Amino acid sequence: MKKSVKADITLDAKTRYSAGVIPYKQMGYWEPDYDIKETDVLAMFRMTPQDGVEADECAAAVAGESSTATWTVVWTDRLTACEMYRAKAYRVDLVPNTGPGTSTEAQYFAYIAYDIDLFEGGSIANLTASIIGNVFGMKAVKALRLEDMRIPVAYLKTFQGPATGVVVERERMDKFGRPLLGATTKPKLGLSGRNYGRVVYEALKGGLDFMKDDENINSQPFMHWRDRFLYCMDAVNKASAATGEVKGHYLNVTAGTMEEMYARAEFAKSLGSIIIMIDLVIGYTAIQSMATWARKNDMILHLHRAGNSTYSRQKNHGMSFRVICKWMRMAGVDHIHAGTVVGKLEGDPMMIRGYYDTLLDTHTPVQLEKGLFFEQDWASLNKVMPVASGGIHAGQMHQLLHYLGDDVVLQFGGGTIGHPDGIQAGAIANRTALEVMVMARNEGRDIWNEGPQILQDAAKWCGPLKAGLATWKDVSFNYASTDSPDFVATPTASA
Amino acid sequence: MMTNLGGRVTQGQFSFLPDLTDVQITAQINYALSKDWALGVEYTDDPHPRNTYWEMFGNPMFDLKDPAGILMEINNCRKTYPNHYIRVTAFSAVRGVESVTMSYIVNRPKNEPGFRLERHEIDGRTMRYTIHSYATDKPEGERY
Repeated sequence: MKKSVKADITLDAKTRYSAGVIPYKQMGYWEPDYDIKETDVLAMFRMTPQDGVEADECAAAVAGESSTATWTVVWTDRLTACEMYRAKAYRVDLVPNTGPGTSTEAQYFAYIAYDIDLFEGGSIANLTASIIGNVFGMKAVKALRLEDMRIPVAYLKTFQGPATGVVVERERMDKFGRPLLGATTKPKLGLSGRNYGRVVYEALKGGLDFMKDDENINSQPFMHWRDRFLYCMDAVNKASAATGEVKGHYLNVTAGTMEEMYARAEFAKSLGSIIIMIDLVIGYTAIQSMATWARKNDMILHLHRAGNSTYSRQKNHGMSFRVICKWMRMAGVDHIHAGTVVGKLEGDPMMIRGYYDTLLDTHTPVQLEKGLFFEQDWASLNKVMPVASGGIHAGQMHQLLHYLGDDVVLQFGGGTIGHPDGIQAGAIANRTALEVMVMARNEGRDIWNEGPQILQDAAKWCGPLKAGLATWKDVSFNYASTDSPDFVATPTASA
Repeated sequence: MMTNLGGRVTQGQFSFLPDLTDVQITAQINYALSKDWALGVEYTDDPHPRNTYWEMFGNPMFDLKDPAGILMEINNCRKTYPNHYIRVTAFSAVRGVESVTMSYIVNRPKNEPGFRLERHEIDGRTMRYTIHSYATDKPEGERY
């Protein structure tokens, strides 16, 4: 049976390499009986083929164009071990609820294997130049989305991984057994350095662990970066002295050149900052460079995923955020914004759990309901702390703890600074709500159902919490997610 | 006197809540035991935020699975050091963690004078910061 599949598409060498154009399948990029090697990089794409393009041929085209192929036969292939360098599409499945009889045109999940020697060690740029370099513009596909990847242990071991990691971050911060609390300084734009530092001081003294620059706070006319750094670090240290706790402010060092970013990071270090921040838009290589710097300088590295929704949000084209999570864990960041479930930004609960597992687990099994299509051994790479930010408030604490667990930074920006009694009161409300909910969960209480009552009870002795709950009592953002897992539950043998 | 909420050091998981009762502490001990974490009791009279190594009131209790026995150790420590900071720490030995998983204060001095922030002005407007605990001006054991 296996043989016949192969015989069907394999040409003898002379025919295969005669000048001209032949289908990708016949060029050797389709191999349904391929034995996956432990060292292979695997990728899974969601394809919407052009009308008239067969799914298998489409998958072979994606495999070809993301590895060795060009549009026509070239004899120079024969100077190489080209069989090995060819990526192999080895499996194609119709996506459930697409195709004939449904309202969505046919989409397919295409699985492709790449030999590890196709990639340079320790380079996200090189990995991505292959996997997402050319294929997304190919005419053979109407749309294409990179859904998931399996990175082999051998390749993972060529990456530094998170500079600090969750475990060491907690040890340095001396904060255990609960989510960390943060907030983004608001308004994003326009505050002078002095006014900006005021917000940082109030929120940290009130009880937050971290404050944060926003993604677009760099060095603008209203506040140049050195002013921001100087005022923020005075606020951080003053708040630390006022509470006896380690505190931090993510100083955003994003700039136009690497030289400038290094200069800003060095200044942050010289002022005693424990954490700096970069934006995803600086690019994969710049991120890896900053991660190397952070490891060398005992610095926690926060990444804001600025820009990701331009390619991660639409279900039929682009790439899933879980792939970004994998790449960023390899690239070496310590924090990444990964969704809130209940806040103002996109996110189906199971998909977000999939991102969190990808960032935090030492090993993730296949879990289709979470969008995890491959088993992944993380090869002892440090864990990345997910950050939940955007439209969340103290009244949702039970939901946040239920969905997101302990290893997360909960960022209440508006939910701290917008408190009716001031920023310190906002921070007190959030910290009290968090501690009371963690305690209740540990006591074995059903926080999902009793959560609102637990908060109301705490509000009886905590005035700031009472005022916060009254202000935001019913605020929620209930929109259908644009991205959700597509799978059909397979009954187990015993079922 | 500290000017933050409650006028006290807010290290640990539950410093924003009213002081824990023995019943509440027992519930937290049970939670840790259910996760197979070992519990330790630690005390100090130097609450500097970066004072990592509080004194151990014995080794972590790896083999003690009885919550009442662990509570007794906590209360022994409280009796011995009634005016020190005492915290309960949980340790996980699971691969990928192998670190502290819980930490909460169960005893503190009656008066907490707090910390002084020292600013050392260096070149330009740059500053070096040092946090100094007022209590540590006195020798160990005579601070609170």
